Amino acid sequence: MAANTPTIDELPSLPRDEDGPVFREPWEAQAFAITLTLHEQGHFTWPEWAERLAAEITAAQAGGDPDLGDTYYLHWLKALEGIVASKDIVSPDEMVDRKAAWDRAAHATPHGEPIVLR
Amino acid sequence: MTNHDDHSHLSDTELRVRSLESLLVDKGLVDPAALDAIVDRYENKVGPRNGARVVARAWSDPAFKKHLLEDASAAIDSLGYTSTQGVDMLVLENTPSVHNVTVCSLCSCYPWAVLGLPPAWYKSFPYRARAVKDPRGVLREFGLELAPEVEVRVWDSTAELRYIVLPERPEGTEGFTEEELAELVTRNSMIGTEKAANPNAGDS
Repeated sequence: MAANTPTIDELPSLPRDEDGPVFREPWEAQAFAITLTLHEQGHFTWPEWAERLAAEITAAQAGGDPDLGDTYYLHWLKALEGIVASKDIVSPDEMVDRKAAWDRAAHATPHGEPIVLR
Repeated sequence: MTNHDDHSHLSDTELRVRSLESLLVDKGLVDPAALDAIVDRYENKVGPRNGARVVARAWSDPAFKKHLLEDASAAIDSLGYTSTQGVDMLVLENTPSVHNVTVCSLCSCYPWAVLGLPPAWYKSFPYRARAVKDPRGVLREFGLELAPEVEVRVWDSTAELRYIVLPERPEGTEGFTEEELAELVTRNSMIGTEKAANPNAGDS
């Protein structure tokens, strides 16, 4: 497994200074903040979370993800969806319905305006 | 990314995050303003600056340093930086003969409360894998060449225990204030992939 992994030098966006981006996209920061909030409210412990995240990462690697850090928050989001479902906080069905609603809202919104659910 | 019409488009990932957030808001579990505050805190306010102040205090105050090495969580709390993650922290002291490097080979546990959010490379598989197997090689790529007689210790974080490296105080900093010292403490020096900045070496 390790034989095919690139070295740190081959990582295209390796930040070596103090100002390296920590979130590449806003949704990553949102997913992070949601997780921290639910944890702080006691919905799950941090070790519980870490275990679930590690399991997602391990599964992704087994599925061929080279795991260069850029997919990290995708695994994070999957773990978050999993933990809220298993804790009966948000069900997968609710997610499907809500996603469709947001998708419709996005398509109904002229480009450049904030997207809101009606 | 191209749009075939002039309407807005959200990627599947963005839809998932938005959906989850709005459901949680509807259920009264999440306050959007609180989420923004968390993002802001970790992106801008915590950064590595809290950790830098902890290190600067340890360099200037031997009693604090002793406390920090014996019970890092309590010592850090005493400065008002509490860990919201509820995990133990251990501070590893670098000396002329020992250099410490931290890593989480399993996922990427990181002492967010004092170091802010982890850099992308810390989360990358190559760093996680190679820091354990070939720490000197990884340090070399970061521009840190250690003498052969310096022992390199690699510390693998767990969900319950996080590490912070206490870098060596640079030479020529006698008489520096804590504020001035904190400026020399980089994030990477607290991960262990570089030394604290040398005030006499100029920018590099």
